[in-house]
Amino acid sequence: MVINPDNYGLRLFVRYLVLSLIALIFIFPLVFMINSSFKPDSQLLADTSSLRAFLPVGDISLNNYFGAFQRAPVGLFVFNSVLVTGVTVLLSLLICSLAAFSFTFLQWKGRDVMLSIVIATLIIPFETIAIPLLLLVSKLPWIGLEGLEWGWLNTYRVQIIPWIADGLTIFLFVQYFKGLPGELIEASRVEGASWWQVYYRVVMPLSGPVLATAAILKFLVMYNQYLWPLIVVQQENYRPVMVGLGYFFQLNVAWGEVMAYLTLITVPVLIFYLFLQRAFIASIASTGVKG
Amino acid sequence: MASKLTLSNRTGWTFALPGFALIVIFVILPFFFAIGLSLTNQRLLSPNPTQFVGLENYRQLLGLAVVTLEPERDDAGELVRNEAGEIQYPRLRKITRSDDYPQYRGMREWFRWQFGENVMVVIASDVVFMKALVNTFLFVLVVAPVQAGLALVLALLINQKLRGINVFRTIYFMPVVVSIVVVSLLWRFIYDGQNGLLNSILQGLSFGLFHPVDWLGSPSTALPAIMAMSIWQAVGFHMVIWLAGLQTISPTLYEAAAIEGASKWQTFRYVTWPGLRNTAVLVLIVITMQGFALFAQIDVMTNGGPRDSTQTLVFQAVERGYGKQDISGGSTISVILFAIVLTISLIQRWLTRER
Repeated sequence: MVINPDNYGLRLFVRYLVLSLIALIFIFPLVFMINSSFKPDSQLLADTSSLRAFLPVGDISLNNYFGAFQRAPVGLFVFNSVLVTGVTVLLSLLICSLAAFSFTFLQWKGRDVMLSIVIATLIIPFETIAIPLLLLVSKLPWIGLEGLEWGWLNTYRVQIIPWIADGLTIFLFVQYFKGLPGELIEASRVEGASWWQVYYRVVMPLSGPVLATAAILKFLVMYNQYLWPLIVVQQENYRPVMVGLGYFFQLNVAWGEVMAYLTLITVPVLIFYLFLQRAFIASIASTGVKG
Repeated sequence: MASKLTLSNRTGWTFALPGFALIVIFVILPFFFAIGLSLTNQRLLSPNPTQFVGLENYRQLLGLAVVTLEPERDDAGELVRNEAGEIQYPRLRKITRSDDYPQYRGMREWFRWQFGENVMVVIASDVVFMKALVNTFLFVLVVAPVQAGLALVLALLINQKLRGINVFRTIYFMPVVVSIVVVSLLWRFIYDGQNGLLNSILQGLSFGLFHPVDWLGSPSTALPAIMAMSIWQAVGFHMVIWLAGLQTISPTLYEAAAIEGASKWQTFRYVTWPGLRNTAVLVLIVITMQGFALFAQIDVMTNGGPRDSTQTLVFQAVERGYGKQDISGGSTISVILFAIVLTISLIQRWLTRER
């Protein structure tokens, strides 16, 4: 078969053209956001009627960023989000992998029932339990520095503890652990290792990929939290970034500052994603084994 | 020997318990709470004791009836017409406030249509809930096939062997990692009625013939606008799941198809599509579940308006359970929502079962 080089080149060009046009559709709101964050309000709004919306042209400055920090406790919101996200991801990796380890490698009474219950919770969307959960956490006890107290509203713990364990994370670990060689675990046991030692000396060092997957999925859920903190945190001291956004819509809205704030809370995640894009995409793909 | 080594009741429980206990407390318990609370009049903070009210909350939400309004007639039995010649009908109030029809008390008009001389009026105990229910179903019915289909097209595009194809995959997936709250706010600029980006683009493409539309401000376009944005945001997510499915199909099948001289369409129809069966089920179930959970877009973009055209079940559950502190009302909506999601995923599984 003879390939006509011109024809081949043209087809290749058309392919890249189509792919690039689609790429534009996915990227233009983000380009608009970043460019607008450097423009004064009047120009920002005027530019939306032309292609200038996507270009860093005109009166470019960092004023919106200074304005955003003055208008709202941006640093505090970012700190809250990073704290809540970081702690939840770490605790989730530990507790879910321990549970999955037990479900996969150990034999004990009630194990299969417990695992089925955990898997069954996959069909309960969070949105259907948010309201009763709100009532529950408003009445839960806690032992703090000042002794026993009641109610978890307006705290960090209410944003962290309910999100540590979930069916999907445990399921992902179980799937992965099933693929590890069972002889390795038995051999370690024969040599007298305790179960805890098997867990963190043998299994954890082999679990890089699933740890990355679980961490990324949890990170995306936690950093982008909106509904839950919206209803359980009324005090700004504990608000995460997405709920902190509401701060910019009290009184008169300065759109340039909103864009600066959106850029500040989004671009770090995008950079993180661009560096780890293979791992991000692999983690979403691995949720597909569920079917 | 091996079983002795792996048999350990105490360690097994100890390792699994923290995770299991957390799931029981924060997922399973609230789930049963929801069912229990939906049978009471519980409020978030209330001085009055909680009472058991049976299925009253469900009746309040789901109460639905059709009433027929017969035209007004004068003493001679002739139709009464106004100056414009229109037939006159009695006011609905005469029925919903009458002691003759206690079952319709408090219900309000949802919609009506003409049926011969008569007018049929559908009345509901909770018109806003009914609109939320219909909108949520509409959202899922449109978004599920369109998003799944577009995602498959993108996956097939990305699955070709081209230099730099990963760059495109990375870009298509990008909106997925951006918070839906951020995305919704950005799209408010795109949909703006005066000089929104979408209006500007459409006017440019039509050489000024297109008349600007207030996409989020008019009841007929607000929900479709939110559908389009939601499809845009998560299509990359499902593209990746389709891609994972595509990569499980053995290359030898494609080689065989090529040897047999199959066309591109035939290859897709008889090799690719059958290999994607499980993936299709998963994608549809995930989109359906995400669709029924529609909340953030509404909260950021429209607050349920204009004229309740973008009310959704979760938005209503939150508005009642949190906004009005009516925990039992919010829980009832949650239970109805769960029943719908469960039924639909069972139906989807059954329809796509292995035969």
